[in-house]
Amino acid sequence: MKNTALTETHISLGAKMVPFAGYSMPVQYEGINAEHQVVRNSVGVFDVSHMGEFILKGERALELIQKVTSNDASKLVEGKVQYSCLPNETGGIVDDLLVYRIDSNTYMLVVNASNIEKDWNWISKFNTYGVELKDISERTALLAVQGPKAAEALQSLTETDLSSMEYYSFKKGKFAGIENVLISATGYTGAGGFELYFDSSHAEEVWRAIFEAGAPYGIRPIGLGARDTLRLEMGFCLYGNDIDDYTSPLEAGLGWITKFNKDFVNAAQLAEQKQNKPARKLIGFEMIDRGIPRHDYEIVDRSGNNIGKVTSGTQSPSLQKAIGLGYVKPEFSTVGSEIFINIRNNPVKAQVVKLPFYKG
Amino acid sequence: MNFPAELKYTKDHEWIRIEGSEAIVGITDFAQRELGDIVYIDINTQGQEVAQNEIFGTVEAVKTVSDLFIPVTGTILEINPLLDSQPELVNQDPYGDGWLVKITLSSETEAADLLSAEDYKSLIGV
Repeated sequence: MKNTALTETHISLGAKMVPFAGYSMPVQYEGINAEHQVVRNSVGVFDVSHMGEFILKGERALELIQKVTSNDASKLVEGKVQYSCLPNETGGIVDDLLVYRIDSNTYMLVVNASNIEKDWNWISKFNTYGVELKDISERTALLAVQGPKAAEALQSLTETDLSSMEYYSFKKGKFAGIENVLISATGYTGAGGFELYFDSSHAEEVWRAIFEAGAPYGIRPIGLGARDTLRLEMGFCLYGNDIDDYTSPLEAGLGWITKFNKDFVNAAQLAEQKQNKPARKLIGFEMIDRGIPRHDYEIVDRSGNNIGKVTSGTQSPSLQKAIGLGYVKPEFSTVGSEIFINIRNNPVKAQVVKLPFYKG
Repeated sequence: MNFPAELKYTKDHEWIRIEGSEAIVGITDFAQRELGDIVYIDINTQGQEVAQNEIFGTVEAVKTVSDLFIPVTGTILEINPLLDSQPELVNQDPYGDGWLVKITLSSETEAADLLSAEDYKSLIGV
């Protein structure tokens, strides 16, 4: 089991630690509901240093990225970030990721912790462009400071004007006295805020500075449990749950990051799928009758016929309703469709709703 | 964590307080911590006899769901009426207002299988 640079800090704060993607990670401190509300209403800090970071350097770095990712990275300018995915050759997804354009020859890819090795091998396999690949995951700390008060809470730590940063943009600068911190206006919560990438040798120092600066705003540490409820309320996909090696980006509602104006791995097959319409679609649903949907529960129609499968589910702390994501046959995918979730052999009524669940 | 000495415990993390031919059953402080924020308690066995170590309901937390097992064979007499509107009582007060069910005991001998507070603590390693 690997630790992040902050594992001891989490334990001393009373976090409940769980194994996740090979790391010992905090799942909660005071409780998922309380932590969830902190992020929705003020500001909280997640240690997500387990995530993977690759640096791609070389004149043809963009060509390699265009080949392996589904979104159009040529649209990126310096200081911009893009959400994208790595399609595999059999219709599924190797991983979803963020692409940062540092400069015209340098990009950073941020990938899921559980997929670091798989992604590295996959990207390397297509690297016929002479691009230099570097895995900086082990020495990179990543803190996500999320919530409506994030900019205010952090502003005293940097000269970079945080409140004026656009969503999905980033800047490199001095932060909490540390040089070369990548300040990214991104996140996985829908609550606004920043993700800070820096050398992990400074992790404790930066953590401490953030909590001092954020104290007047009630800043709190937040675990992976609330990270999951926050992302699910936004309808954001989680790799391994909602998307995987066998789900296509089109089925998963990621058509908006699948751009056929360029060539990429498996583009032809995906274009054909787009033409013929996918055989299933990822939908958001709310429970009408009492029950909480969970990953892998069966979805059935009124007569009990299987029509799909739940991929994520929880009790939404913001909405006080049970919500979920799942794949269903296209005829059940329109908003308002009645579906049933098999909860311990009992079909419980639910309804397809528009995403995001939480609209702020 | 708190494990009152006057209660008996099971390896499935329930506690039981036996009072004559009746008993109160709940989940332990350890169990509520492991589950995290509890969203609701689903018990539809009222009036039924449930055999020792069989499922009498489920507890749904934000992150997970877990079955509830009856420590000794008995008939479910009453479900804690407070839990419908305040399931968080199970987190806040697992041995008090967060109790789950009241049962009548069917057996006089099964109680011998239960764990003492000390046995339970060594089982969970505290």
